[in-house]
Amino acid sequence: MYVAVKGGERAIDAAHDWLAEERRGDPEVPELSLAQIREQMSLAVNRVMAEGSLYDPELAALAIKQARGDLIEAIFLIRAYRTTLPRIGHSRAVDTGAMRCDRRVSATFKDAPGGQVLGPTFDYTHRLLDFKLAAEGAAPVARQAEPTEAPTPRITEFLNRDGLIQDEAHSDETPADMTRQPMEYPADRALRLQALTRGDEGFVLGMAYSTQRGYGRNHPFVGELRIGAVEVEMEISELGFDICIGEVTLTECETVNQFMGSKTEPAQFTRGYGLVFGQTERKAISMALVDRALRWEELGEENVGAPAQDEEFVLAHSDNIQATGFLEHIKLPHYVDFQSELELVRKMRREAEGSMKEAAE
Amino acid sequence: MTAMQHDPAYNFAYLDEQTKRMIRRALLKALAIPGYQVPFASREMPMPYGWGTGGVQVTAACLTPGDRLKVIDQGADDTTNAVSIRKFFERTAGVETTEHTAEASVIQTRHRIPEAPLGEGQILVYQVPIPEPLRFLEPRETESRKMHALEEYGLMYVKLYEDIAHNGAISTAYAYPVKVEGRYVMDPSPIPKFDNPKLESGAIQLFGAGREQRIYAIPPYTQVVSLDFEDHPFEPSKADHDCDLCGCGTSYLDEVITDDAGGRMFVCSDTDFCAARQAEGHRGRLSAEDAA
Amino acid sequence: MRDDALSGGFTDAPVEAARAFRAALEAMACPGSLHEVAGAEAPAPLSTAAAVLLLTLCDGETPLYLAPGHDTQGVRDWIAFQVGAPMVGPSEAMFALGRWDALAPHDAYAIGTAEYPDRSVTLIVEMEELRAEGVRLTGPGIETEAHLSLPETAAFQRNAGRFPLGWDCYFTCEGRLAALPRTTRTEAL
Repeated sequence: MYVAVKGGERAIDAAHDWLAEERRGDPEVPELSLAQIREQMSLAVNRVMAEGSLYDPELAALAIKQARGDLIEAIFLIRAYRTTLPRIGHSRAVDTGAMRCDRRVSATFKDAPGGQVLGPTFDYTHRLLDFKLAAEGAAPVARQAEPTEAPTPRITEFLNRDGLIQDEAHSDETPADMTRQPMEYPADRALRLQALTRGDEGFVLGMAYSTQRGYGRNHPFVGELRIGAVEVEMEISELGFDICIGEVTLTECETVNQFMGSKTEPAQFTRGYGLVFGQTERKAISMALVDRALRWEELGEENVGAPAQDEEFVLAHSDNIQATGFLEHIKLPHYVDFQSELELVRKMRREAEGSMKEAAE
Repeated sequence: MTAMQHDPAYNFAYLDEQTKRMIRRALLKALAIPGYQVPFASREMPMPYGWGTGGVQVTAACLTPGDRLKVIDQGADDTTNAVSIRKFFERTAGVETTEHTAEASVIQTRHRIPEAPLGEGQILVYQVPIPEPLRFLEPRETESRKMHALEEYGLMYVKLYEDIAHNGAISTAYAYPVKVEGRYVMDPSPIPKFDNPKLESGAIQLFGAGREQRIYAIPPYTQVVSLDFEDHPFEPSKADHDCDLCGCGTSYLDEVITDDAGGRMFVCSDTDFCAARQAEGHRGRLSAEDAA
Repeated sequence: MRDDALSGGFTDAPVEAARAFRAALEAMACPGSLHEVAGAEAPAPLSTAAAVLLLTLCDGETPLYLAPGHDTQGVRDWIAFQVGAPMVGPSEAMFALGRWDALAPHDAYAIGTAEYPDRSVTLIVEMEELRAEGVRLTGPGIETEAHLSLPETAAFQRNAGRFPLGWDCYFTCEGRLAALPRTTRTEAL
């Protein structure tokens, strides 16, 4: 006697209870606070803010805690929450030229106004496990220099002064917003940059790496990488002027790329651009490389068929929430479809066997 | 008035009103251009892409407090994802739910059309993973859009014909493409081709693809033709068995493995249909005769 | 009818809009079928049904054209406050509102493109009378035939001839509405 499986609802509730218990782990071990995650897992928090497209370290920390450290799951939680928020207004474009830089390096000039500032980077750490961290209690204190009040002009502006680098046209046009309008190809550059900045770090990194290895090579140098805080301003129409509503930490990368010139343009350097929430250096550099690769058409370059030059391929597959959802959905029941294929394969085998038998006779 | 109330922490049916208006406008254009995929700004839902976010958004945009909602996955009301989606709407819309096809005013489905014929006053909402029927022939949206614009469906026929040449039969068993009202080739979502004839119906059929940001529709009494050839006509097929629980010989069946010695049984995939037949006294090969 | 812009909108928008949309959906799915809607009171000459459609379907993202006769300060103020739709000319409109003759010329509106036939106007046509009699309708959504008191047939036949391009219509009269998508074939009796 066969009894169909029932009780999906009870199974789901039980699974959620178990998940909650697992999330907490051993109750003998103190529970993580959001402040601990925010302060000590800050790069994870930054990634969740960047790919979740919501700048809120506290919520990102909560998402990471709830997601048991699965960052894509945490990004998903943030995205789902973000969609429910009303849009009260729009900020002005931030001025990254006025950034208070914690870090600022250029690969193209040994020194430049504003200087090279290493900042809190892993770059020259030797990747040796620091067993002292296994013990609790240490609160290291870094030496502090005098903060500079002088502005930190962008490196690419020096090149621009001599016409050596392509000028980027200024536009006050409101960019499209892929979270409010369906994606449409071809996408303009602003839309591509939006897709890349919230795209999966691993995907964008892989695409960028592929250009470096020759699939659509575009000879990049990091013209400048800067990380720091910028003010966010909003125009209050009732007041008739802008007010600062807070500040965000951003990572900005401008690459300087070779350009051999075309029939209409002399040889000149060109740019790739990356701008990402938080200290997210790998992502910002990757974004700049992929941005540059996607600009082949506007710069009159050849499409060599490289994956990173293929706008629809890159943009349609960069979102990890879409990707993971669709990938994981294949574990949902598909037995109706499977049954229809099973019948078809059986039928085709019967017919093939029949005709083989006929041929043998 | 309904007995239930929706969770006041959320707007009725979860989505904000501006989002609903955007989806509603897309639904109306979809009905006006049957089979054409209308782009819409799909929102991130609190459930994963690929798990019915398109269908959920369409259902949310259509529901009224007086509705009675049925949710099925693989034909069954009690599969986990169907349970989860039903629970979502019980909480956020406070609507009544039912397992009975005939009682439902809105039915959200994944992969099946109920066996009982649907009629006027009913809305069937399909969850769609890949709305583009040409996707596996031409992955670029920019290209497939042109093909639809030019009504250039030769590639699809070539594919089906090659199938016949290689295998003697069209090797598409589900998501079998159809032509709607003689114009647009449409993906009916991954329903088995057995269900294709039911796409011509008195109900309103709405298709939502969340991740792919597309909505499309078939109004009632619209011509829906499964693609085929004169010498290889379309055949809606099913397992060549009767249901082992209700004895039905014309319903779509699930195959269930019952032991490790090759034993199996066949049961209706539409659980409401099967239960109703059993309640009427129909019995199958493996029915418990003493079941009271 | 109200004359002030601040009142006459939905009092419980999520529920009233849901009910109104279901009527609009069924109307579009079953061309020629008549549906009653309620919940809005707008300044004359805006009918209740037209006002309900505006509240249900339009907002700041939907450019709207008001045909002469409906383009009054009272209507504009009410829409500005209750709906927020930007006012535009016929060719840029996503929705256009007015009496049939006032909406002329009817080929001035967006009919979509071959790649995006959905980017077309929806006309909200205010009627003196709206009954299920007169012009014979056939096509998707209609089992055998339906009838609707349309103002003419030539324009609708021309519109259907452009399928999949074309505009789609709602007809409104007091609290009643019906729809006619581009797929419907019309025939004067």
